[in-house]
Amino acid sequence: MKIGALAEVFPGENRVAMTPDSALAIQKLGHECVIQSGAGVKAGFSDALYAKAGVGVLPDAAAVAAAADVLVKVRGPETSEAGALRQGQTLISFFWPAQNPDLLEIVKARGATAVAMDMVPRISRAQKMDALSSMANIAGYRAVIEAGSNFGRFFTGQVTAAGKVPPAKVLIVGAGVAGLAATGTSVSLGAIVYAFDVRPEVAEQIESMGASFVFLDFAEKAQDGAATGGYAAPSSPEFREAQLKKFRELAPDMDIVITTALIPGRPAPKLWTADMVAMMKPGSVIVDLAAERGGNCDLTVPDQKIVSDNGVTIVGYTDFPSRMAAQASTLYSTNIRHMLTDLTPKKDGVIVHNMEDDVIRGATVAKDGAITWPPPPPKIAAIAAQKPKEKVKELTSDEKRANEVAAFKAQTRTQVTLLVVAGALMLSAGWFAPPAFMSHFIVFVLSVYVGFSVIWNVSHSLHTPLMAVTNAISSIIILGALMQIGSGAGSNPWNGSVIVVVLAAASVFMAGINIFGGFMVTRRMLAMFQKS
Amino acid sequence: MDFTMHLGFTPAAYVVAAVLFILSLGGLSGQESAKRAVWYGIGGMALAVVATLLGQSGSGTLFTVLSVALVAAGGVLGAIAARRVQMTEMPQLVAAMHSLVGLAAVFIGFNADIEAARVAGMEEAARAALTGFAAILAEKSPVELTILRVETFLGVFIGAVTFTGSVIAYGKLAGKVDGKAKKLPGGHILNASAALISLVLLVVYIMTGSSLALIGMTLAALFIGYHLIMGIGGADMPVVVSMLNSYSGWAAAAIGFSLSNDLLIVVGALVGSSGAILSYIMCKAMNRSFVSVILGGFGGQSGPAMEITGEMVSIDTEGVASVLNDADSVIIIPGYGMAVAQAQQAVSELTRKLRAKGKTVRFAIHPVAGRLPGHMNVLLAEAKVPYDIVLEMDEINEDFPNTDVAIVIGSNDIVNPAAQEDPNSPIAGMPVLECWKAKTVIVLKRGQGTGYSGIENPLFYKENTRMYYGDAKKSLDALLPLIA
Repeated sequence: MKIGALAEVFPGENRVAMTPDSALAIQKLGHECVIQSGAGVKAGFSDALYAKAGVGVLPDAAAVAAAADVLVKVRGPETSEAGALRQGQTLISFFWPAQNPDLLEIVKARGATAVAMDMVPRISRAQKMDALSSMANIAGYRAVIEAGSNFGRFFTGQVTAAGKVPPAKVLIVGAGVAGLAATGTSVSLGAIVYAFDVRPEVAEQIESMGASFVFLDFAEKAQDGAATGGYAAPSSPEFREAQLKKFRELAPDMDIVITTALIPGRPAPKLWTADMVAMMKPGSVIVDLAAERGGNCDLTVPDQKIVSDNGVTIVGYTDFPSRMAAQASTLYSTNIRHMLTDLTPKKDGVIVHNMEDDVIRGATVAKDGAITWPPPPPKIAAIAAQKPKEKVKELTSDEKRANEVAAFKAQTRTQVTLLVVAGALMLSAGWFAPPAFMSHFIVFVLSVYVGFSVIWNVSHSLHTPLMAVTNAISSIIILGALMQIGSGAGSNPWNGSVIVVVLAAASVFMAGINIFGGFMVTRRMLAMFQKS
Repeated sequence: MDFTMHLGFTPAAYVVAAVLFILSLGGLSGQESAKRAVWYGIGGMALAVVATLLGQSGSGTLFTVLSVALVAAGGVLGAIAARRVQMTEMPQLVAAMHSLVGLAAVFIGFNADIEAARVAGMEEAARAALTGFAAILAEKSPVELTILRVETFLGVFIGAVTFTGSVIAYGKLAGKVDGKAKKLPGGHILNASAALISLVLLVVYIMTGSSLALIGMTLAALFIGYHLIMGIGGADMPVVVSMLNSYSGWAAAAIGFSLSNDLLIVVGALVGSSGAILSYIMCKAMNRSFVSVILGGFGGQSGPAMEITGEMVSIDTEGVASVLNDADSVIIIPGYGMAVAQAQQAVSELTRKLRAKGKTVRFAIHPVAGRLPGHMNVLLAEAKVPYDIVLEMDEINEDFPNTDVAIVIGSNDIVNPAAQEDPNSPIAGMPVLECWKAKTVIVLKRGQGTGYSGIENPLFYKENTRMYYGDAKKSLDALLPLIA
C-alpha cells in the first residue's frame, strides 16, 4: 500500500506526520511512502532527506491524495481535505469527532475510513500510539520553558557573591501527562514545585517526581480515575469551592502557575480566577495549557500572551507542540508508525482493518460509509480499580486501658498458675528427696533463672560467639573427669579401676580440646567486629 | 601447702568461677564488652580447673601430672582447630565440639556407675580409706544412691543423644552427609520406642543398678540422637545447632548432680538455658514451633502453591554497575550462598567503594540467615564490614520502600514473598526481609534452582527484580572495577 503524508494547512502548524526515520520503519512493513513537497521543512526535514529515505516527493497535495491509499496528517482534516477523500481511502490524524460531527458526515459520504489518533483507548498495549500523551508531554515541557522565558528570575535558588537568589515557586494544576511533564521539568530546573490534582491517587506520582502534592482537606468520596479511563471527571460545587479556597491561599506565594486541567468533552474548568491573578506578585507568570478549550484562568486569551494590570504575564498559546516541531514530529510520526504496524499485522504491506481489535476499533471513527463513533466500551478494563484502603479502627483511650488491664490480668493469671504448679512440684520433690539433693537443686534452678535473664540481653549479632563461648564453658564437665581420674586410688595409683582412669583421661583430653578451641575461636571472632 | 586442709578453698574458688562465667555470658550484650567477657570466661575456667586439681585429697601427683598433660595435649589440638577454621565453617566446628562434650558426659557417667558399683562392694574398713570421688560415693545413703542413679542415667542419656546428634549435624553442615531430611521407615515411632526402652531401662537400673541397663540405654540414646538429627534438614539447621548446644549444657548439669558438684550444675544450667533461648529465637524467626522442628521433615505443604506469574529477567555486569552507580541507598542481604562462595571479602570491597562515593550502604540480616545463629555477622566482621551498618530484620524492614537497590546475595527463603502472600506455602507466616519493596532488587544466584527449602521464590519473578547469574564471588569481582 502507499502511505502519503500531507503538508499541514492550518496556519502556524509546523509539525509533520511522517519523518525520514518513521518512513524507513513504515517501508519495513511492506508499504511505500510518499510525501507532499515541503511538508517537513518547518519541522526541520527537507525534501532531500525524505528522498534519501526512499520517500517519493510529490509536488502538491492533490498528487499525494491521488497516489496514496492511506493519508497521514497531524491536525484534523479541513473540510476541503475531507471532501477530497475517495472511496476506500484511509485517513489517520487527530480528528476530535465529538467537536466535528460535520467532518464525520463528509467522510461518511465519501465512503472513506478515518482513524482518529485522539480516540486511541488508554490501555497499556496502546500506549505506543497514544499521540495525546506524547503531545501533552511536549506541551508540559514547553510550558515551563515559556514560563521561564517570561519570568525574570532564576528557577533555582542560589547564594552568590552578588546576593542571595530565592528559588522560584511553581504550582502545577492538574497532574495528567502534561502536568507531570511540567512538574519534572520545573523540578529539574531547581524550582520548588507544588502540584494539585482532583485524583488523589496521583499524589504518589507527583511525589515521585520530586514535587509536593497539594492536599485538599475534603471529605467527599475521592474520585476514582480508573472509572473514567484515567481522566478527571467534573467535581461537585462544594469540592470546587474547597479547591479555589486552597488556590487563594497559595496564589500570593507562587511565582509560576501552570494549569493543565481538562475534562474530556467539556470546556476547561475555571480554576484560576481573576482575583487570584490580582493576588500574585508582579512579574509572575501563568501558563494556561487549557487555553484552546477556553482556559483554566479567567483572563486567558487563547493564542496570545497578555500582561495583567498588576504585571502578571498570562500565556495562552495553544500550539505548544508545534513550537517544538522537530521533537513533536518525531514522536507523532512514531505514534502513527505504531498504528500502521498494528494495521499491518503480517508486515506484508497489506492493511487489515480488524474491527475486533480494541485499539483499532476505538480509534476508527468512520469506515466504509458508516460512522463508527462512539465506539463500544473496550473489552479489557484499562486501569486496575483503586483498592479501598483498609482503615484500622482507632481505639478510644478507655478501650485501650481496658485492653491493657485485661492483658495484665491474663498475664498475672498465667504467671500465678505457673508458680503454683512449679511450687507444688518442688514441694513434692522435697518431700521425698534428701536434703543434699535439694541444696543442689536450688543451685540448679537459680542458675537456669540467671541464665535466662542474662542470655536475653545478648546482642543478636553475637549469637555465633555466644555459641562458641557456651561451648567452651560447657567443657566445665572436665571437673568431673578430673575428680574421677584419681578416684579411690589412695596412695597407690594402681589401686583404682583401670577403665575409670582410661575413660576419665579420655574425657579430660576431649574437654581440653573444647576449652582451648572454644575460647580461642571466640576471641578470633570477636576481634573481627570493628566499628566504622 | 596442702589445700585439702582448707576444705573451703575449692568451693570458694567455684563461687568465683561461677560469677566469672555469668559475667562472661552477660558481657556478650555488646561487641566491645564481649571482648572483655571472653577473658572472664577463660579466667573462670582456669580457676575451676586449678582449684579442682589442688582440691583432690591425697591425690597421686601422677594423676595430676597426667591430667595437666592431657589438657595441654587437647589444648594444642583445639588451638590448631581454632586457628585453621574458616569463618564459613563455624557451624561445623561448633557442632563437632558439642559432640566432644556429649561423649565426655557419657564417659563420666559410666565412671560414676563403675565407681558406685565398686564402692558398694567394699567392706566398711576399705570404704573409710577411700579418697576423692569414691569417698563421696562411700558416704551416700541408700536414698541418695538411688537419686545418684537417676542423675547418672540422665547425664548419660542426654550426653549420648548430644554425641550422635552433633556428629550427624557436623556431617550435614560439612556436606559429608546428605542435608535433606531423612527418616528410617517407621519414622518417629522408632524414636518413641527407643525413648520408651530407655524409660524401662531407667526403672530397671534404679532397682538393680545393673550396668547392662545403662549400656542398653546408651545404645538407645545414641540411636535417638542419630535418627532425630537425620530427620531434620535444610533451613532448620540453625535450630538444631543451638538445640544441641542446649543439650550439652543439660548433660553437664546432670553430671554435676551425680558428682555433687555445684559448679558443674551452675554452668550446665547456664549453657542449657542459653541454648534453649537461642533455639526459641531461631524458631520464632522462622515462624516454626519447636516441636515441629524436632519432628523434622521441612517442606510439608498444606495445599497447592500459589501460581507464580511473570518471568525471571536477567541482567549483566554492566547493567548492575549502572544501577548501583545511580543508586543513593543500597541494602545488601547476605545469605548462606555468600558463605559458600566465600564472597564476603568482595562484598566488603563493594561496600567500601559504594560508601566512598557517599552512598548509604547497609546490611540486612535475617535471624536465620546462614546455618548458625549470627553466622552472617561473623562473616561480615571477618571481612571488616563495620558492624554499625549491619542491621537486624526488625530494624531495617521498614526502610526498604525508601531504598533504591536491594542486593540479595545467596539468600532465598528469607526474602521469599510467598511467606506473606501465599497461605499454602511451607514458610507461610515466617517473617521475611521485604526487599521486593525496594525500587530495584538485584539477586545474585548461581542458577535458576530453588533454595535450601526447595520452594519456589516469587521474588525472582517480580517486575523490579533482576537476576544476576553466576558464582557470587566471581560476579562481584567482575563488578568491582565498574563501580566508578
